[in-house]
Amino acid sequence: MSDQKPLSTGSEWTFELLKRYDETIGCLAKQFRLDTYPTQIEIINSEQMIDAYASVGMPLMYNHWSFGKHFLGSLQNYRRGRMGLAYEIVINSNPCIAYLMEENTMAMQALVIAHACYGHNSFFKGNYLFQQWTDADAIIDYLLFARNYITRCEEKYGIDKIEELLDACHALMNQGVNRYKRPQPVSAAEEEALAKEREEYIQRNLNDLWRTIPAKEEPKSKDKQRFPEVPEENLLYFIEKNAPLLENWQREIIRIVRKIAQYFYPQRQTQVMNEGWATFWHYTLTHELYQQGFINEGYMLEILHSHTSVVFQPDFDDSRYTGINPYTLGFNIYRDIRRICENPTPEDRQWFPDLAGSDWLDTLHFAMHNFKDESFILQYLSPKVMRDMHLFCIEDNEVNSFLEVASIHDEPDYRTLRQSLAAQYNLGNTEPNIQIYNVDIRGDRSLTLIHTMHEGRPLEPGSAQEIIKHLHYLWGFDICLKSVDEWGAERKVYALSE
Amino acid sequence: MSVIIDRRESAGSSTGKKSTVNRQRFLRRYKHIIRKAVQDSVDQRSITDTDRGDNIHIPNKDLSEPIFHHGQGGKNQRVHPGNKAFHKGDRFSRPPAGQGQGSGQGAASDRGSGVDDFVFQISREEFLEYVFEDLELPNMLRKNLKSTTEYTLRRGGFTSAGSPDQINVVRSLRSAYARRIALSAKKRKKLKALQSELDSLKNSDDPEDQEKAATLKLEIRAIQQAIKRMPFIDEFDLKYNNLIKIPLPSSKAVMFCIMDVSGSMGQEIKDIAKRFFLLLYLFLQRSYEAVEVVFIRHHSEARECDEEEFFYARETGGTLVSKAMDLTSQIIDERYPVSNWNIYIAQASDGDNWETDTDICRKIISERLLPRVQYFAYVEIADRPQNLWHTYQQIQDEFADYFAQQRIRNHADIYPVFRRLFARRSG
Repeated sequence: MSDQKPLSTGSEWTFELLKRYDETIGCLAKQFRLDTYPTQIEIINSEQMIDAYASVGMPLMYNHWSFGKHFLGSLQNYRRGRMGLAYEIVINSNPCIAYLMEENTMAMQALVIAHACYGHNSFFKGNYLFQQWTDADAIIDYLLFARNYITRCEEKYGIDKIEELLDACHALMNQGVNRYKRPQPVSAAEEEALAKEREEYIQRNLNDLWRTIPAKEEPKSKDKQRFPEVPEENLLYFIEKNAPLLENWQREIIRIVRKIAQYFYPQRQTQVMNEGWATFWHYTLTHELYQQGFINEGYMLEILHSHTSVVFQPDFDDSRYTGINPYTLGFNIYRDIRRICENPTPEDRQWFPDLAGSDWLDTLHFAMHNFKDESFILQYLSPKVMRDMHLFCIEDNEVNSFLEVASIHDEPDYRTLRQSLAAQYNLGNTEPNIQIYNVDIRGDRSLTLIHTMHEGRPLEPGSAQEIIKHLHYLWGFDICLKSVDEWGAERKVYALSE
Repeated sequence: MSVIIDRRESAGSSTGKKSTVNRQRFLRRYKHIIRKAVQDSVDQRSITDTDRGDNIHIPNKDLSEPIFHHGQGGKNQRVHPGNKAFHKGDRFSRPPAGQGQGSGQGAASDRGSGVDDFVFQISREEFLEYVFEDLELPNMLRKNLKSTTEYTLRRGGFTSAGSPDQINVVRSLRSAYARRIALSAKKRKKLKALQSELDSLKNSDDPEDQEKAATLKLEIRAIQQAIKRMPFIDEFDLKYNNLIKIPLPSSKAVMFCIMDVSGSMGQEIKDIAKRFFLLLYLFLQRSYEAVEVVFIRHHSEARECDEEEFFYARETGGTLVSKAMDLTSQIIDERYPVSNWNIYIAQASDGDNWETDTDICRKIISERLLPRVQYFAYVEIADRPQNLWHTYQQIQDEFADYFAQQRIRNHADIYPVFRRLFARRSG
């Protein structure tokens, strides 16, 4: 124990203290090579936190009833004590914005600063998905542009029309991302100029596509060229570019929703990694604070208490169980990587020959930079973590009348269990694969979509039918969505025609 | 290096409550459901809390935002934590759908079976907004706006200037005392020091000390006198009661609740009448700065009474409606000059009256009351039209703008009838 005097001992925080803690934690973070965007810490109250929740955590967002619904729901739950509030929200922007709640004690603020301002922040800056797909410099500007644009449209065309359009876009948001093409970062001013340019361009192109006067007696040839030539998985993109009847402002709003969906796409793919990383670092940094005497035992106990509840993982048969806690899983894996580097067992040497005995910081940073949840689990989930968490896999196959334990945490099963868990985080598996397959350009302009079933899983029919309505609203002509199994057989058709 | 910003103050500003607009959007979108919920709630509530805000329930399916996701079926694998005794290949039966908990069920779906309602709260203001939406008080006048505004004087704090009759003795003396303490502090301190020095010399026999003590005594006396010379009360200390002018509300309304309590009026009927009056009262409250209520109960005699008695007294007798009408007219004469008051009358009865008396009623209403009131609403709580109804029908034909009658059969009719009586008139 050093003779360093604690930075503070009371539970009250002050701006002065926040600053000193932030500086101290920042210094330690640097020693651990955490590379971050500058941080903007904002102190807010609980109602503002609920506010921030409601608009998907963004500091500014366009207006929509569903954000109001979330706000009212959270407020009700919070007032009835059914829900605690997150201690923080962080925004992937440059500077990185972190919200801290005024109700937190000083010890909690220290934890939150370590978690958000140095954990999440360094993840946003370092992970390859965020580097490739999001532009932290431009997001706030873009959101501002989006909000102003949508407000202007509301004034011009009425709230109802915008609401209907946004409802439709939100329904297709998850199918509105590019998985392979990387967007060019653009500033808000450019964005505005480009919006104008796009209007003209799209109109020209559309005219071209729909130029032919629909002829009813088109000869049906087998080798008729399909449109699009290659199936398109980004439904919103396709509609934005090709829907025949949309106004230009409608296309622009579709684009806004699409852009925001794209911005959140990396977050959806790195939940375990991101939360685990932030948790690992608040744990490590606060321990370091304690080791070096910056905080006393009382603070450390409070911090550990919160940490424990963050990584609490109820068992599958516990009434509180709602699935695997991403904080726990991620934290366990990162901590295990460090252990493997520093104190490898023979099992580790066999499973992770490259990691065992390597520099733990190098290894940890590499793991954070270069993976997403699926590949991260596939690469780093060790037998020890599987054993510690008592993981097991249940298979539910509709052709059987029973459920079966497919694998458990022991020697012959480690690899299959790990693969099963990794697959669970592959959005490609968990989200239905729906693509735009054909447009009847010369006929009735109907739109055909194909849902390629994965492992025989059907769409949830109620919501599918609802979304068809939204699609119809955007496209303006008949819609047909076919669920097709692995052997190409049609299993179910959802259709909506005039 | 981080920047730390305090955002708490900005709550309410544009950067603050971002959700306000979204909340309004939400209410707007579900207006029809909320209105329905509010109306049901008005019917079911006990009389005392009709005007509270409320929890609104909306079935979750009505406000779901659909996204594509998988349904039941196909092949699913799911990894769970906390295995205790399972081995690979263990089999067990699939739990029935909808019972996600326990038993190691494979698809503890994160969407759940979600049948719960979405519950949220609306405030009292919002609640009443929905209750009285699209309704209006007929012939609304804001009387007395032009006449000189009246004021009333009310005490409000203290000032240091004012007329002598408003001097506040306690405050003034307190202030003087504080001043004396403050100004003499230095002298008292010195006095104390000298005193203790003197005390230390007291027991000494040394002549030099004796001499010193004498000088000290002189000094002490001088200081004591100086303290005494300080003015007991200074002009500066005087405090006056402050009076502030409060304008009297300039648009006032009075509501006459006239209820039949004759033998034929059962508890059930009174309860219905009560609810009706309450709705009307709340409605008036929203439109006028000040609303007064006059309760009149009648059987063969009419009497003005307080609220408690109006609703709960048990005395009863035969029926003479005209007595109540006459009393109302008198009270208006005495206390509610037409130039200052917007007058509303609500009468509730089972419609039973003496044939001859009904004619007298008609005369009083059409000659003495209707020319002076904003609106006269009559509700008859009966299954089919009674004596009064037929006669009142003539009044309604003659004074369509000022008089309306409706029949209430049971509790469920109260609110719809209220809406009909006060529906916004087109044109």
